[in-house]
Amino acid sequence: MKILVGYKRVVDYNVRVQVKPDGSGVATEGVKLSANPFDDIALEEALRLREQGVAEEVVIVGIGPADLTAHLRNGLAMGANRAIHVTTDAPLQPLTAARTFLKLIEKEEPGLVILGKQAIDDDANQTGQMLAALWGRPQATFASKLSVGDGKATVTREVDAGLETIEAELPAVVTTDLRLNEPRFIKLPDIMKAKSKPIDAIDFDSLGVTSGDHLTTTHYAPPPKRSKGVMVNDAAELIDALKQKGLL
Amino acid sequence: MSKILVIAEHLDGALNPATARCVAAAKVVGGDIDVLVLAEQAGEVANQAAKLDGVSRVLTVERAENAHLLAATAAPQIAKAAEGYSHVFGASTTSGKDLMPRVAALLGVAQVSDIMSVESSHSFTRPIYAGNAIITVEAPADQTVVATVRTASWPAVGNADNAAPAEALSVDAELPSHTRFVELKQDKSDRPDLQSAPRVISGGRGVGSKENFEIIFKLADKLNAGVGASRAAVDAGYVPNDMQVGQTGKIIAPELYMAFGISGAIQHLTGIKDAGTIVAINKDADAPIFEIADIGLVGDLFKVIPELEAALG
Ligand SMILES: Cc1cc2nc3c(=O)[nH]c(=O)nc-3n(C[C@H](O)[C@H](O)[C@H](O)COP(=O)(O)OP(=O)(O)OC[C@H]3O[C@@H](n4cnc5c(N)ncnc54)[C@H](O)[C@@H]3O)c2cc1C
Ligand SMILES: Nc1ncnc2c1ncn2[C@@H]1O[C@H](COP(=O)(O)O)[C@@H](O)[C@H]1O
Repeated sequence: MKILVGYKRVVDYNVRVQVKPDGSGVATEGVKLSANPFDDIALEEALRLREQGVAEEVVIVGIGPADLTAHLRNGLAMGANRAIHVTTDAPLQPLTAARTFLKLIEKEEPGLVILGKQAIDDDANQTGQMLAALWGRPQATFASKLSVGDGKATVTREVDAGLETIEAELPAVVTTDLRLNEPRFIKLPDIMKAKSKPIDAIDFDSLGVTSGDHLTTTHYAPPPKRSKGVMVNDAAELIDALKQKGLL
Repeated sequence: MSKILVIAEHLDGALNPATARCVAAAKVVGGDIDVLVLAEQAGEVANQAAKLDGVSRVLTVERAENAHLLAATAAPQIAKAAEGYSHVFGASTTSGKDLMPRVAALLGVAQVSDIMSVESSHSFTRPIYAGNAIITVEAPADQTVVATVRTASWPAVGNADNAAPAEALSVDAELPSHTRFVELKQDKSDRPDLQSAPRVISGGRGVGSKENFEIIFKLADKLNAGVGASRAAVDAGYVPNDMQVGQTGKIIAPELYMAFGISGAIQHLTGIKDAGTIVAINKDADAPIFEIADIGLVGDLFKVIPELEAALG
């Protein structure tokens, strides 16, 4: 079985992104970029399934500008067999990303597609669900446990009420939650090895994807600021302060 | 005029309060608001939905496949039911987030995630980058707007004087059988629900262990509060996943939020931004949580909590 993994590059989770003063966007020039944390988890899970003998090949997919190559090399160094780089300069909205994945699926015919539950830049949390709908296949979102066998995936999902387990016939789309696994660290020799692994570059325009970028962002604003409050010295003062606010 | 379909969320015959928050957002859009209940037996839930202020009609679809709602089977029904509606809203709960993008894709439209405010019938604000930026997005006027409503931004509507009429809807949708529900493990507790409790007490890595977390629960019970946690506390196994507050956990807006042994990472703070009063207790005076706390106390939580309990009597 082949596993396709979404491997998006985003602004590193440690960066406190700032809105440009004129409200035209966020300042991303020169900030640290990393793999979307949920996608590192997706890749780790795919590698474990390969190590278990469930899968033979793990293919990472990045949709983005030309300089995505270094990012994809990281995924190859982590252990992916090869990478597909769909080149496009404009960021795609989830529906377009899902349609792009579908095109790749038609060619690659994976048994399983693992994406992150959300990209931490747009925080959309949509692409996996949309892809599963377009593909007409099961979705198992927010996975914290995954086992694959007998032509199906058994997935434990983190939901508001607790933990839900579902069964999905393969092929299927799984999206990862934080506690699915802890991604491995990349070792130096693996970086060397990754240099010889293939990255297929495909021009986005050549895929014939109908754009689903229907939403227009008209303005960016910083979040309302919470100002620094007061410090109290002990429990008694804390209780007084809460009483004054009518909270106790 | 807008015609809005709100997807009811429910479990064990109880309507989730998130649905009343969705209706609040729909009311700001304006127009007719219908609530759709997919269930095996919709009666009880439909009754609760019919009472919500602003609701014009309740539509029910009763099918055996709806006994445990799965996105794969619910989405085709909703996509069919959505015909003639200008908007389809669901809550930004795990269930809504699972379901609504699938609906949007079936309709061939984009989805707006986590609506914080309604600027006009097709323009909304929503957070990106863990809430570090709030964007205004415009959806095309000639497409159905499919969206999730960020529940923490919307107070629930109350009950109306008269109940809205309910109608059974027959949707002619073929449902796949490739996805099956196995089980739901719930941590049943009598404590107030984290997402709607007026008071929430949270613990982080500083609490140190599962056993130590008892002290957080005890204080919460004294204050009749819900209990939350940071990701670090959940990852370490102190408490179950459904207690995680933050960017990738629950977004909450209690009147009072008290954080014990939580450093204040941006991913955590994004989950509590809408809280009325934030109290932070941390032994590190430089912890970032003090930059946003309304009341801060530098101290050891194991010393402070017993003192609080003693003073509360
Ligand atoms: C993609 C992604 C998503 C994330 N989503 C979330 C999310 O939804 N929610 C979330 O919470 N985090 C999330 N995180 C994790 C987040 O970045 C932080 O790692 C996490 O919030 C830290 O938890 P903490 O504050 O409990 O732990 P720490 O940062 O380790 O802080 C522990 C604090 O306890 C204090 N302390 C220790 N002992 C005591 C004591 N005896 N008395 C008083 N204070 C004490 C320390 O001074 C310290 O400030 C996410 C991270 C990533 C990468
Ligand atoms: N441009 C992209 N390149 C690679 N993967 C992507 C891209 N966009 C979305 N994805 C995948 O879809 C997931 C969810 O993204 P989103 O719906 O934008 O929150 C991500 O975690 C990725 O796995």
